[in-house]
Amino acid sequence: MDTLETIKKRFSDRIINIKIHSDIRIYIEIDKKDLLDFAKFIFNDMDARFITATGVDNLDSMEVLYHFSIDREDVIVSLRVLLDREDPVIESLTPVVKGALNIEKEMYELLGIKFLNHPELKRFLLTEEYPEGVFPLRKDSQKGKK
Amino acid sequence: MKKVIVPIGPYHPLFEEPEYFALYCDGERVVDVEWIAGYNHRGIEKISESKHWDQITFLVERICGICSTSHPIAYCNAVEDLAKVEIPERAKYIRCIIGELERIHSHLLWVGLAGHFLGYNTVFMWAWKYREPILDIMEMITGNRNHYAMMKIGGVRRDIDDAYIPIIRKILEDLKPKLNMLTNAVLDDPVLAARLKGVGVLTDKDIKEFGALGPVARASGLDIDVRRDSPHAAYDLVEWKVITQNEGDVFARAVVRLLECFESMKIIEQCLDNLKGKKGEISIDVRNIPPGEGIGHYEAPRGECFHYVRSDGTGSPLRHKIRAPSFNNIPTFKASCIGETISDVTIILAGVDPCYCCTERAIVAYDVNTQKKILDGSDFIRLSQEKTRKIEKEIGVAPSRWEEKNWERDN
Repeated sequence: MDTLETIKKRFSDRIINIKIHSDIRIYIEIDKKDLLDFAKFIFNDMDARFITATGVDNLDSMEVLYHFSIDREDVIVSLRVLLDREDPVIESLTPVVKGALNIEKEMYELLGIKFLNHPELKRFLLTEEYPEGVFPLRKDSQKGKK
Repeated sequence: MKKVIVPIGPYHPLFEEPEYFALYCDGERVVDVEWIAGYNHRGIEKISESKHWDQITFLVERICGICSTSHPIAYCNAVEDLAKVEIPERAKYIRCIIGELERIHSHLLWVGLAGHFLGYNTVFMWAWKYREPILDIMEMITGNRNHYAMMKIGGVRRDIDDAYIPIIRKILEDLKPKLNMLTNAVLDDPVLAARLKGVGVLTDKDIKEFGALGPVARASGLDIDVRRDSPHAAYDLVEWKVITQNEGDVFARAVVRLLECFESMKIIEQCLDNLKGKKGEISIDVRNIPPGEGIGHYEAPRGECFHYVRSDGTGSPLRHKIRAPSFNNIPTFKASCIGETISDVTIILAGVDPCYCCTERAIVAYDVNTQKKILDGSDFIRLSQEKTRKIEKEIGVAPSRWEEKNWERDN
């Protein structure tokens, strides 16, 4: 539980919600403006490994989970950020973690989440013929239509 | 000098899945690499949302043909984490046996292909020949050479019968001296050392930044392995060690993979000891998946497989995120290929083991200005093999007569 205590100590007032699923799986909900501070602290100061990010369409909001693993303690910390579904915009993690480049591109084209200051936000998986503004992983998207 | 774009892919023997790399070259040197993916994007995460929890183990098995048991193990770990289920002990050992057999066959496949790219077809023949008995074991205990369908939420689908255990032991026992010979032949060869040492170097800083995994990370001195760091199945019940190297070049990656095969054998033998003569449940019934979220990971032959599932209490997941190891390993080409020559790029790209299969076809180099063809697929492998022959001459090592004959016939 050292991991959670360290994060709590550093950002006591900026954590919105903590969900402890088990000793080794912790979910921390934060505001989108705090993302880079949290990520820098966990990735650099706590020497965590960036696993990946998950975008989820909740129909009333867009959710991004950033998964970090602290291997020596066998803990996976997931930072949860909720975004406005109509206009999902968040700061890119790529300037802090190079490995976030491709997963952010994937979330951009499959879920329509925009990442500010991303070095090359463009099509990565979908074909060039796929219509613009249609995001296939959104819950209300059906066969290439909105 | 004119800058030339050398496209590798979308269909190429280096990659199991179609992928496209554009190498920007200045003369012989590679100055930049661009990766375009999606040629094989099958929307498995979306399909998963429409399947029942039990069906998804079969779906994720089909993500990759070579590591076809790693995804189901990671997925089952995720659902078991969500539902807070502990699997029976016998199932833990069986999971380990299947996972480790798969690791041996996957690593041998890599060694064989790497040998071929370097012009060592003897290594290719050996490695693939020694891989066959492993697939025979798989066929015997699961019914299939690939796609074993052994994993199930709450345990495993089939038991390993006591009658099979001596046969598996015998096959592994016979394989050991051959694998030993292959390992020594590869690691002691002066030409292979000249081709692979100091090529495609990744520092531990690169590994951390790109989040690279598996043998690629361990060859650069990063001591990470999900099997040890996050104990699941029977990995904490048996004795084994994590193999690491510090050089970070392609040679170190080969060393890690070859030595890991011996560790896998050690794990399998201990698991068999614990299965023999004992009876027990192989799975528990998991009827309902409660609402919530779960994370599972497993050390596949290429690195950590990561699965995230979210349930709303119904029959299928609300969201299923999958991250395969190559997704993180492939971007390291930005660090490892730049500054190297084209003849070395073939083996660097192969060095992270980005999942291969298919046949060799579309790798063609065009002049940017005239669109005229300069090199094609076989030329790349020829270039790489030529370099080996040149080094052999310089060192004064004669290639085997069989290799020489093949070389003369092919060129």
